[in-house]
Amino acid sequence: MRMTTSDEDLAKAAAKGDADAFAALLARHYDRIFRLAFRLCGRGDQAEDLTQDICAALPTKIVGFRAQAKFTTWLYRVVVNAAEDARRRQASHSRAAVGWGDVEQMRRAEASETSEALDWLQRAMHALPQELQDTLALTLEDEMTHAQAAQVLGVSEGTVSWRMSDIRKRLRALRQEELAQ
Amino acid sequence: MTDDLEDFKTLMNAATPAPDAQRRVENLQQAQKSFACAQGLQSGARPTVKRGPIARLTEGAKSMLNVLTHRGALTATTVIAAVALVVILPQTRDYMLNPFPLPNDERVESRTKTEEADQDSELSFAVPDSAVSEPVVEAPVVMEDSIAPRSRPNASSKIQTGGLGVTSESYSSSGLIGGTQRLVPSPDQRAVVLAPEQNTEDFANADTNPLKVTTEDPVSTFSIDVDTASYSIVRSSLMRGLLPPKDAVRVEEMVNYFPYSYPAPEGDVPFRPSISVTPTPWNEGTQLVHIGIQGALPQIEDRPPLNLVFLIDTSGSMQNADKLPLLKQSFRLMLSELRPEDQVSIVTYAGSAGQVLEPTAASEWSKILNALDQLEAGGSTAGQAGLQQAYQVAESMAGDGEVTRVILATDGDFNVGLSDPDALKNFIAGKRDSGTFLSVLGFGRGNLDDATMQALAQNGNGQAAYIDTLSEARKVLVDQLTGALFPIANDVKIQVEFNPAQIAEYRLIGYETRALRREDFANDKVDAGDIGAGHTVTAIYEVTPVGSDAIRNGPLRYAEQAVSEGSDEIGFFKLRYKTPGAAESQLIQHPILPGQRAVTEDVEFSYAIAGFGQLLRGGEYLGSWSYADAIALANEAKGEDSFGYRAEAITLMRLAQTLSQ
Repeated sequence: MRMTTSDEDLAKAAAKGDADAFAALLARHYDRIFRLAFRLCGRGDQAEDLTQDICAALPTKIVGFRAQAKFTTWLYRVVVNAAEDARRRQASHSRAAVGWGDVEQMRRAEASETSEALDWLQRAMHALPQELQDTLALTLEDEMTHAQAAQVLGVSEGTVSWRMSDIRKRLRALRQEELAQ
Repeated sequence: MTDDLEDFKTLMNAATPAPDAQRRVENLQQAQKSFACAQGLQSGARPTVKRGPIARLTEGAKSMLNVLTHRGALTATTVIAAVALVVILPQTRDYMLNPFPLPNDERVESRTKTEEADQDSELSFAVPDSAVSEPVVEAPVVMEDSIAPRSRPNASSKIQTGGLGVTSESYSSSGLIGGTQRLVPSPDQRAVVLAPEQNTEDFANADTNPLKVTTEDPVSTFSIDVDTASYSIVRSSLMRGLLPPKDAVRVEEMVNYFPYSYPAPEGDVPFRPSISVTPTPWNEGTQLVHIGIQGALPQIEDRPPLNLVFLIDTSGSMQNADKLPLLKQSFRLMLSELRPEDQVSIVTYAGSAGQVLEPTAASEWSKILNALDQLEAGGSTAGQAGLQQAYQVAESMAGDGEVTRVILATDGDFNVGLSDPDALKNFIAGKRDSGTFLSVLGFGRGNLDDATMQALAQNGNGQAAYIDTLSEARKVLVDQLTGALFPIANDVKIQVEFNPAQIAEYRLIGYETRALRREDFANDKVDAGDIGAGHTVTAIYEVTPVGSDAIRNGPLRYAEQAVSEGSDEIGFFKLRYKTPGAAESQLIQHPILPGQRAVTEDVEFSYAIAGFGQLLRGGEYLGSWSYADAIALANEAKGEDSFGYRAEAITLMRLAQTLSQ
């Protein structure tokens, strides 16, 4: 059936108005959207909300798909932008930082067996400035190249590479700090 | 260094939870609804724009691509052409979807990152409910003439302002600047755009067959049904994340969608019934009588020449991607199955009916493809004139020993301007008797007139199929073409008489729309369904043996109790059919004995589908039997499934299971 059709063909068909193509496309990428949403905001419940917003937005956004980039590139951009919008909305509601910024809240929210890992992720993410957080969240996607990440974030490939080395440096520093303790 | 990152990734993957299944379904469903809304709104705009010079250009490119097309590339080329059209259109679409400016403007500046026409995300949340629920006065098909019920004063101002701001960037890269600006719609057209596409689907169905008490009504009579449209409609609904309307579910059509391999007939008989009696999966106290009829598959090499007249609906409502474009692709697939001695003609109906392609030998591919590519959707529907012309053409093509058939392809909008549906049916029935048959292919959703499709195909000795994907087109028009076009038996009727001494109650599962009166069984004048070459037909009764706990109707105080006559037959099966062209029917009869024949995977799978269909209709006789049980049963009985139809059915069951929670 449609499972073998490429993302781009499906997206183009969906842009033309093919409801089945749209359904197939969204079903295919839903989990990917969710995972990236989680990495961007750091909490399961917020990732769910963000994913819901994105699903609501896609039917009208997809008509703007021009096949100038890979479909996933286009999609990641939608997700990153949506996360940024959500952060900005949240920030205006309360000063309390959201997502990767709020350790206590997250500890309570997540199950205990993952809490240790989350703890570490939390500290690591928290230590990074926002644009590095986004870059890291994005590049953790399987098979994500620096070039594609650059396209998603609207920066040059060099910038992504530079950010990645910055991230490595900071992570290493964090690790050494931990070892020292 | 890399280690740190790798560790991080591993940790992150471990920490990432799975998305909530419930919300996943809800979100997908909601997105599809919004998508349908968005499409319904924008679909109105296309014919107006398509007449512009750029449309000509893209149409030209499209036919050029199509001529170069070979089968593998079919999907891709149409899609490319489709995108070309979309590029022309964005203003209309975007502003339509955002009739009101939204208060939240703080994000507007932040969107500088986007390269494509990725509009502000608030657009997306502004699905205009008010516009959708607004009553529509006229049928939405006639774009040129219909006046929208109202126009929104601030809609036009929004269009003007937004039109330049958001999308200019994307146009500069698409190379279509000139065209897009010329095509900015005039206010009138915009008003039309706001009229949503109305859902006018109409399904043929009747109340679920009731449980009958054998002593009161021992005889059950029905016509066989080889249509498959219902299954495709169910699939199309479920794939959109919606449970199908109950009336769209015809259980027998779902069961008959799947190929089964029942024991093949021997000798000259066109088919062979096999009957098995087995325990019911959903009720311990009852049994299922499974009647499987396998049609003979004659030598395909010796098949008579075919004369096909495609009667194609090119009315305005046919322009969606899943209608005319899919139809063209489907027919291209089918062409490869035809032989040089076969003849093809194309008649269209929209506004005025016309013959687009004179009868042409099937070997002249380029001529046929050219004619197909010229088809464009527009105008309203003149079904009757089209049908009459198609039959005229068909009659001019007919020759001795040839099979002549009209294939009507439509999205259902058939009766515009037509005086009397009954007259239409009689017309088709008359032509059937003179040897020209009719098959109906349904495309697209929205105003699918399933009821009329059914009626026309039944009267025309043809199959009604619903084509929702290219793979369905392949199943109907390529894999099963022989069966669909070459009947091996006409007017096939089944009558089962149950033995009140053995069976207290029975009910026929499905076939609600195919019920016949008892006396019609032996009346050869009464029309019934046909079996095509290699077709299988399945009918299932649920029977409650005398003395079972599952009897629902208690004994009556004043009625005579059935006396056992010593026969252990459950019932008696009779089948009448006519060989093609014959006026008199022939009779096949068999007693139905308990425990006949072993249960095969085919039988089990047909039970799973019958159960699935009943669940979709409400499952009033199924007790606590659930989708999970249907899935388990179908999985067990999946068998070889070389075409993947059964695996697909199980996917649909899972979808229905989630959607019904």
